[in-house]
Amino acid sequence: MRLVVDLNRCQGYAQCAFLAPEVFTMHGDEALMYDPQADDRQRENVRRAADACPVKAITVEPEDAAAAGGKAGASRVG
Amino acid sequence: MSVDGYLEAFRRSGSIVIVGASLAGLRAAEALRDEGFTGTLTMVGDEPHEPYDRPPLSKQVLLGKVPADHTALPRRRAVDAQWRLGTAATGLDLAGKRVSLADGDAVEYDRLLIATGVRARPWPHELEADLDGVFVLRTRDDAAQLHHRLKAGPHRVLVIGAGFTGSEIASACRERELPVTVAERGAAPLVGALGGVVGEVAAELQRAHGVDLRCGVQVTGLEGDSAGRVRRAHFSDGTAVEVEVVVVALGATRNTEWLADSGLGAGPRGIACDAGCRAFDVRGIVTDDVFVAGDVARSPHPLFGYQFLSLEHWGNAVAQAEIAAHNMVSASTDRLPHLWMPSFWSAQFGVNIKSVGVPPMADQILVTQGSLAEHRFTAAYGYQGRVIAAVTFDQAKWLDFYERQIEQAAPFPPEFPTVDRRPEGMRPVAAGFPDPSLPSHGPTVTLSGHSPTDRRVSFSPHRA
Repeated sequence: MRLVVDLNRCQGYAQCAFLAPEVFTMHGDEALMYDPQADDRQRENVRRAADACPVKAITVEPEDAAAAGGKAGASRVG
Repeated sequence: MSVDGYLEAFRRSGSIVIVGASLAGLRAAEALRDEGFTGTLTMVGDEPHEPYDRPPLSKQVLLGKVPADHTALPRRRAVDAQWRLGTAATGLDLAGKRVSLADGDAVEYDRLLIATGVRARPWPHELEADLDGVFVLRTRDDAAQLHHRLKAGPHRVLVIGAGFTGSEIASACRERELPVTVAERGAAPLVGALGGVVGEVAAELQRAHGVDLRCGVQVTGLEGDSAGRVRRAHFSDGTAVEVEVVVVALGATRNTEWLADSGLGAGPRGIACDAGCRAFDVRGIVTDDVFVAGDVARSPHPLFGYQFLSLEHWGNAVAQAEIAAHNMVSASTDRLPHLWMPSFWSAQFGVNIKSVGVPPMADQILVTQGSLAEHRFTAAYGYQGRVIAAVTFDQAKWLDFYERQIEQAAPFPPEFPTVDRRPEGMRPVAAGFPDPSLPSHGPTVTLSGHSPTDRRVSFSPHRA
């Protein structure tokens, strides 16, 4: 599962680091590091983290938007 | 056909081409579909990868916490696009409304969005740049290669340029316990973006974490061994250091060369556009069907004297892409201006650095909260008596307040008391930005004059 955190918005409340510690970790007192391609087994934890974020900085890919990529030189719909 | 009729038909079955398949391109594509555009959408990208996120490359990826190919951006929705990845755009025919591609093909558009971004400025000496062990860091592939080399445990890494990228790379090296030398032409790290006062704090941070930081020096040459591997760097002060890895972090070059003969107002400083993201042509006339977003754009901002700002910021790419997409499929009276407050962050040496506004525009700085010596503070930047920017080190929670101050053009120095005001916060001092005419890796906000017809924009020769 793919996710991204808007770190302009993030203020280091660290709620996500408590709710999904496998995915979000604090790096120092305030900086957040996260796994942008978390294991699917973390989906429920990540959802809780995204819901709990006081500044709504976490974007998680909806399941139906996934796998919409393209390959080198390919011309395909996705 | 009436204008309204055209717009309706265009929204239903027109064709849009987006050149640039990174953050701005992807978010624009999603926004176009959200806006109800049901026509043909083509995404052209020079890299073979689907859109990925760059900020983790200099942090999680170099630390080995996240593989470089695990950085693909989440989709907010399906975009139903034709993807032409691994195929650079090579030319633009404005009259024929056609983008030519590196594979000899061409794609036609009714409306075009240019989001080609920037690339890492390479080491200027080509033979030295080709030495094994010399890297830049901009793309996913760059990050994968650099991480691979760092993992092997080189006896010393040299980072050339102490802007944000260079400083984050040095931070990752120290966290990996690799010896690292940082060479910076300016007086301090981050000096172009944050000024000399905050730059001194950045220098202290680097030294406290064991970086061999050398400011006020230039790298005059990189020397290889008989096998073509880099082994030594020479500095302008006559010293030299043995290195196994060199990372060139000298800022970015805008990807506008493919537009050189197009008639569009594109050059080394980016592509000039109006507040509605419509590109200017070389005559200073705004185009109807060509829009720009992201790092490659430069647009006038009313909060900053209508100067044309180029913002190499993640948040700007997202916000400008959304505005551009909206305007591409809207009637002129429904269009929105791109008035994003410049904001960015950097994590380095365990500190979260955040900025709002345009620090390089400032003449003075005041530490309004906390203390420089503790590396935890909020600094307000002033320009001609008003608050123009603010920077925090591990105090992000205060930044929203200063953003309001900037929006209101509040007086500087601030007239209000603040939490945790220290003696050093009683009087503003010179912000200490270097003379902008001196060459450096440059700030991540570029102020480039008032006029879209500024001749430097369209006609200056390409620089190395």
